[in-house]
Amino acid sequence: MRPVSRAARPPAHGDDVAIRVRGVRKAFGSNVVLDGVDLDVYDGEALIILGGSGSGKSTLLRVMLGLERPDEGSVHVRGVDILNADQDDLRAVRERIGVAFQAGALFGSMTVSENLDLPLREFTDLPPSTRSIVTRIKLSLVGLGGAENLQPSELSGGMKKRAALARAMALDPELLFCDEPSAGLDPVTAAGLDRLLIRLKEVFGVTLVVVTHELYSAFAIGDRMALLHRGEIRALGAPDELRRSEDPVVRRFLEREADAEDESKVTFAELERAGSGHAE
Amino acid sequence: MPVMRSAGGTVSEALAEVGSLARLAGAAGRRVGSSLLRREPMRFGLALHQMREAGNRSLPLVGLILLLVGMILALQSAYQLRRFGALELVADLVAISVTRELAPLLTAIVVAGRVGSAIAAELGTMRVNEEVDALVVMGIDPVSFLVVPRLIGLMVALPCLTVLADVLGIVGGLLVSAFVFDLSPLVYLRASLDALVLEDVWGGLLKALMFAMVLGLVGCERGFSVRGGPEEVGRATTSAVVVSIVLVIVVDLAMTAILYAR
Repeated sequence: MRPVSRAARPPAHGDDVAIRVRGVRKAFGSNVVLDGVDLDVYDGEALIILGGSGSGKSTLLRVMLGLERPDEGSVHVRGVDILNADQDDLRAVRERIGVAFQAGALFGSMTVSENLDLPLREFTDLPPSTRSIVTRIKLSLVGLGGAENLQPSELSGGMKKRAALARAMALDPELLFCDEPSAGLDPVTAAGLDRLLIRLKEVFGVTLVVVTHELYSAFAIGDRMALLHRGEIRALGAPDELRRSEDPVVRRFLEREADAEDESKVTFAELERAGSGHAE
Repeated sequence: MPVMRSAGGTVSEALAEVGSLARLAGAAGRRVGSSLLRREPMRFGLALHQMREAGNRSLPLVGLILLLVGMILALQSAYQLRRFGALELVADLVAISVTRELAPLLTAIVVAGRVGSAIAAELGTMRVNEEVDALVVMGIDPVSFLVVPRLIGLMVALPCLTVLADVLGIVGGLLVSAFVFDLSPLVYLRASLDALVLEDVWGGLLKALMFAMVLGLVGCERGFSVRGGPEEVGRATTSAVVVSIVLVIVVDLAMTAILYAR
């Protein structure tokens, strides 16, 4: 790991560690996807996990969520060792996190409002009328008011991601994980989702962990960024620190040379603008 | 030797499949136990939905097939029995064959094609779309939420379909006997009822219950086993039907031996 700055901290949110990842190694057969990853996520920050295709960022997210068991290492979420926790502790942790998956992962057999209602029904004693109000509020929050009775198949890609965000926020989580929130969306819709994530963080004080390879979104949302390269954290720091990094791997990634897939995306000059836009 | 290696590989895969089914059955059994002890919610609504799905999907086809099979059985047996002057035994033969064997077996095979495959496709698609992962991170147990209601739905629907299949199989035999061989319907019905003992019907229903467990477990296990993209869903669906039918026949043989071989 080559941290840009080990002292990098989220601005003005305190030092409480929400998630602590230590020495995580994960291989699929002979393919080592994560190789000794150490990472802390602090309360109230927006941490972006950046990386090209196959860099291990989605696997790292799955390990942090307890969906993938690493070969070595530990993951503590709110102090609970999620790899060795019993079912009750794990359930308690999971009630405090929300996850918006890449394609939404909305339940196809349920309407949008039923999708949001599910976690409320499972984890609260709220009566149906109150749950219905909460559902409508959450949908309005993500700009999907009026979409309650639509099926997921009737939603566009951007709407699916918004509905997934609303479901992830249903129980007012402390930690919100987003896997490629703006992937596959047009620039306007993607920018709208970026603004929505920033608003959720600011209004609800939620800690954000966002996995993405979209640099524009990453610089718009992130307080800190971790660049994964070949299973290791190559750089970790605030957006400005990454921009100033002399590490050739970081430079290549930011200049869109690291990954041919990214050639059609924004230029570094646009990143500068995105960063300044975020600060406004 | 390549043939031996191939056979060894097949046996090893079959054992792994049975092991995986046994683990899933154990997990589902524990969830049902927890629900009965009120540690977990009993999802009656989901189970009811699955019952309707399984019943509605299969009912017309099961009815038609058993009606036709009853007719075929009556035709085939009547040509032989008539030579010995024992035409009225057609009713006995059809009633016993249908209730003990054909109704539960054919119903299970139809349901394997209609419902078992649908379960594998549905759960496989949920895996590909990360819906199963979404349940896990929400803290909702996929076995309790997805497997148990489907098992309960099938374990109620399949015996009900089998009763209908029993009736329609006998009706098929009756139609052929009445219209082709001029046997009085009343005589046919009386002969059928005289031939049947309660054990025949219960035995058939017990088989249906076991077949339902096999179909539900195989469909769910195949669906959960999907890794990768949508093309894997197709493979899992086909595999669910093939494995279900083979296992249903194996279980049928075992249960026939236990219930009737004395």
